[in-house]
Amino acid sequence: MNQVANFTKGFIKENPVFVLLLGLCPTLGVTSTAINGLGMGLATTFVLVMSNLVVSLIKNAIPDKVRIPSFIVIIASFVTIVELTMQAYTPALFEALGLFIPLIVVNCIVLGRAEAFASKQTVFSSVIDGLGMGLGFAFALTILGAVRELLGSGNIFGLELMKGDLMLVFVLAPGAFIALGYLIALMNKLAKS
Amino acid sequence: MEYFVIVIGSIFVSNIVLAQFLGICPFVGVSGKLSTSIGMGGAVLFVMTLATIVTWVLQYYLLTPFGLGFMQTIVFILIIAALVQMVEIILKKVSPPLYQALGVFLPLITTNCAVLGVAILTIQKEFSLMEGVVFAISNAIGFTLALVLFAGIREHLDLMEVPKGMRGVPIALLVAGILALAFMGFTGMV
Repeated sequence: MNQVANFTKGFIKENPVFVLLLGLCPTLGVTSTAINGLGMGLATTFVLVMSNLVVSLIKNAIPDKVRIPSFIVIIASFVTIVELTMQAYTPALFEALGLFIPLIVVNCIVLGRAEAFASKQTVFSSVIDGLGMGLGFAFALTILGAVRELLGSGNIFGLELMKGDLMLVFVLAPGAFIALGYLIALMNKLAKS
Repeated sequence: MEYFVIVIGSIFVSNIVLAQFLGICPFVGVSGKLSTSIGMGGAVLFVMTLATIVTWVLQYYLLTPFGLGFMQTIVFILIIAALVQMVEIILKKVSPPLYQALGVFLPLITTNCAVLGVAILTIQKEFSLMEGVVFAISNAIGFTLALVLFAGIREHLDLMEVPKGMRGVPIALLVAGILALAFMGFTGMV
């Protein structure tokens, strides 16, 4: 398999958020600012790469019947590692992401890639796939976060770009749905042309 | 009075789907039809309440006394996965009609983040067991309410003329945004 295509597919063609519509809970829940979106994306990338690596390493040792529970245990272990590491080194981000860090464990992308890709492919392709998909997810979350932050508070990554009365609704819950709806429509349009 | 605050708070003020963004996957995926969303809501009510009771007992009688708090995520997700399997097997034996109605939704619930989310929130908010049960039931009702409202709107949306680029998911998300806006009206009620 062409590793370059394997890596880049997660960004546009098979983007987990815009095209596959997986992992929408953290996508909507944490993207009130670009930095939160990026942090969540990178945490998920780590879990995705590591779980793909381990699953593809031990895929022949796992009996078919208990494969899903085994995948869940592997994923949950890496989520716990991320959780404890973030609590120790980035406490502010840990507070901001809150409940959504342990919930990486039920993010459909992670289990989906383990089941659909890593349990069938070689170790190297699985790691590349995890990295591509994870960064594609981080890319989508950062864009959504940047759009919401810009429209809602006039900043991107904390840099002030606009002044005056802005649309506060984009930082609040309804804005997440509305901004994502328009972004997906835009992505569909771009994918067609 | 405290229970009343929990009930109103979780159904309306901080609705699990529209304000807390948990359980979005079934919300977007299953809510095409009114009947399926009621079925999904019933299955979630069942599993969420059971999962909250079991994880609460485990947290306070096993994890906390033995200093195993860091195992929370792993233990909780395994319990939920096992519980879903168990409920499926028991329902199949005991009540075939109920199994017929809820069966297809049960496997989907393991990866419904609302169930794990409510179990963790119950611990984080330091609820007693009884408060936890009330919290779980009201969140499941809130989930069903959002799902049913959304399904009703989507059924009508199928008959409307939507601009080509917005058909499907984009327009559904915009509708969800407007619903969330409506639910923001409950802010400050309790």
